[in-house]
Amino acid sequence: MDFTLDEQQTMFRDMVRDFAAKEIAPLAAQMDRDADMPEPLIQKLREGGFFGLTFPEELGGLGVDTTTYGLVVEELSAVSAGVAVMICVHNSVGSYPIAMFGSDDLKARVLPRMAAGEIAAFCVSEAGAGSDAAALTTAAARDGDHYVLTGSKMWVTNGSRARHYVVLARTPGSVGHDSVHAFLVERDAPGLSVAKKEDKMGLRCSDTCVVEFDGVRVPAANLLGREGDGFKVAMKALDGGRIGIAFQALGIGRACLEASVRYAGQRIAFSEKLWHIPTVRDKFADMAARLHAARLTALHAAWLKDQGRPHTKEAAMAKLLATEAAGHVADEAIQIHGGFGYTKDYDVERYYRDVRVTRIYEGTSEIQRLVIARSVIKELG
Amino acid sequence: MNFALTEQQRMIRQTARDFAQKELAPHAARWDRDEEFPAAPVKKLGELGFLGMNVPEAYGGAGFDMVSYVLAMEEISAACASTGVIMSVNNSLVCWPLETYGTEAQKQRFLVPLARGELLGAYCLSEPNAGTDAANQQTTARRDGDHWVLNGMKNFITNGAHADVLIVFAQTDPALKHKGIVAFIVETKSEGFAVISKEKKLGIRASDTAQLAFDGVRVPADQQLGPDGAGFRVAMSTLDGGRIGIASQALGIAKAALEAAVVYAKAREQFGQPIAKFQAIQWKIADMATRYEASRLLTLRAAALKDAGEPYGEQAAMAKLFASESASYIAEEAVQIFGGNGYSKEFPVERHFRDARITSIYEGTSEAQRMVIAGHRLR
Repeated sequence: MDFTLDEQQTMFRDMVRDFAAKEIAPLAAQMDRDADMPEPLIQKLREGGFFGLTFPEELGGLGVDTTTYGLVVEELSAVSAGVAVMICVHNSVGSYPIAMFGSDDLKARVLPRMAAGEIAAFCVSEAGAGSDAAALTTAAARDGDHYVLTGSKMWVTNGSRARHYVVLARTPGSVGHDSVHAFLVERDAPGLSVAKKEDKMGLRCSDTCVVEFDGVRVPAANLLGREGDGFKVAMKALDGGRIGIAFQALGIGRACLEASVRYAGQRIAFSEKLWHIPTVRDKFADMAARLHAARLTALHAAWLKDQGRPHTKEAAMAKLLATEAAGHVADEAIQIHGGFGYTKDYDVERYYRDVRVTRIYEGTSEIQRLVIARSVIKELG
Repeated sequence: MNFALTEQQRMIRQTARDFAQKELAPHAARWDRDEEFPAAPVKKLGELGFLGMNVPEAYGGAGFDMVSYVLAMEEISAACASTGVIMSVNNSLVCWPLETYGTEAQKQRFLVPLARGELLGAYCLSEPNAGTDAANQQTTARRDGDHWVLNGMKNFITNGAHADVLIVFAQTDPALKHKGIVAFIVETKSEGFAVISKEKKLGIRASDTAQLAFDGVRVPADQQLGPDGAGFRVAMSTLDGGRIGIASQALGIAKAALEAAVVYAKAREQFGQPIAKFQAIQWKIADMATRYEASRLLTLRAAALKDAGEPYGEQAAMAKLFASESASYIAEEAVQIFGGNGYSKEFPVERHFRDARITSIYEGTSEAQRMVIAGHRLR
């Protein structure tokens, strides 16, 4: 066992920490208030290579390993979870299906553009298909060497900023997993429209949209994997996605803990600094311990993925533990800040809203438990 | 033991429910978004007697018992938690100390219009450096002939920007520490009073939370509330009752979130059936409902003790601690049951989640309630 980060991992983490402090932190509260992200910032992220993090170097990416990717996501999330989720979705569920299941031709054509900063999105959820992803109804009807997509997708992160969409759709009239296919669809395909941007509790600078497909013609060459592989593509993509979300939660949690310790070192109550009060110290202990345990779990899941080993269970555990720990930590951060924590003058108010979604998206905590329990019973039953 | 509500209590609850569903619920999301103070409904609350519920009729109040107040507060807060806290502050933190500690002249001049809802009140204890440590009052009161002169800042004052009358705590002699604190009745039209800023908040956004400045505000000596040096006692005894109000507010938020979650769980289908059929969801609902019912019993018990003239401080602290933490838990689980929809402002649980969070902070944090409870048990 070796718990040290290698040189490259440390270097990336430190670089991103500096970048985030300089370029993102000063904008974070404003972006939350405006529910928007300025284009110059996105451009800086492009120039910094953030959209090519997980892409191979020969395709113009940085080719970092999953651990490094996790550390980068953590650093971004510690200043703006909304920026982080844009990068996460792009580097995992938005592009991984193409890298893993796309044809060589498709990969060569699309991945370099994505790595350079043409943003990717992942369209699986629908109004009636959330945790039950297989209930999706968006139709993909074969028509010669095309598929014709019709339906409406919800909760699409990067929905309006994306240039490329991974879309799950099924053979019209079919049910179940086996008739679900995955496609790459381009933003300018006739019939694709961004219908609505959600007004959300948190992650407000990230755009979460309804994306509609009205007879969108997709070349058969854009099929990812084979017909009927769609569900497998989605699940594989989500395994990696969950590791990213775990690190996102850890970043928010760390920011909460740091802000709380800083505050407790300044705030005087009962004639002493807040951090001298035993119950406040106990809170710090629990916050730090829970984050640390979750972090080790997330690093382990990332390591497994990099080793090419199965990691479905561990990724689900990492997401479950990290998001629930971060939720607890954000809640305690507000409590330590007292009334100030309830105001927008302090960052913890934003962290509290931002962290809440991490237990919901890319599989709710309940779905993670299903995944973990299934694995455990298979192993031990 | 008798857990049944009286005919009058049921009637008051029904009146509150009808009003809340008709006048508050349809607008609550917009008031939240726009941070709009619900001025017209607050005026109507006054006409219903809900701004001076426990004040005797002789002083302009409705003369209802504390149990009725809990029931009404719950219904109002279920529809709009912001309106709930506006109501709670006027009833518990302003009318109550005036009725309890005020002179006859003070009651006639201030309590009567406050209880009728013709004037609105606020309670000024917290300061930038006096939160849970409330005894650390930096606002000063200096005697000058037949006046007191107040100087200082007050923080997180609910109703601060809309109030006509304030209960203000100030230090008359720092050497005496908390025994130097005195309570005053201050009119916001007084010279030297100013609303400095309004907080931008996570929740209860339709209720204004203001920072107030007192710059040489002259207060006539006959507007001192209670005896010399009794200010801290006035403040703490007032908060005992206030906590029943906030516990009731938390109950209302919890009830709204629980009811919304039940309706949603029965309607929302995943995996070919309503999600209410899944054990994971059923257990959530079971735990939410149990915590809600226990919160409700604790709160009603504290209110019943107060109605019976018995000590209720410890029970009020327990009710506030448990009801507020339960409300956050219930709202949090409601968001989880709603999934992505719970994170969207299109569904009210998103607001319930934000609103619930304040209830374990103001009128004494959970930590302060634990101090009170432990203080009683370890006495």
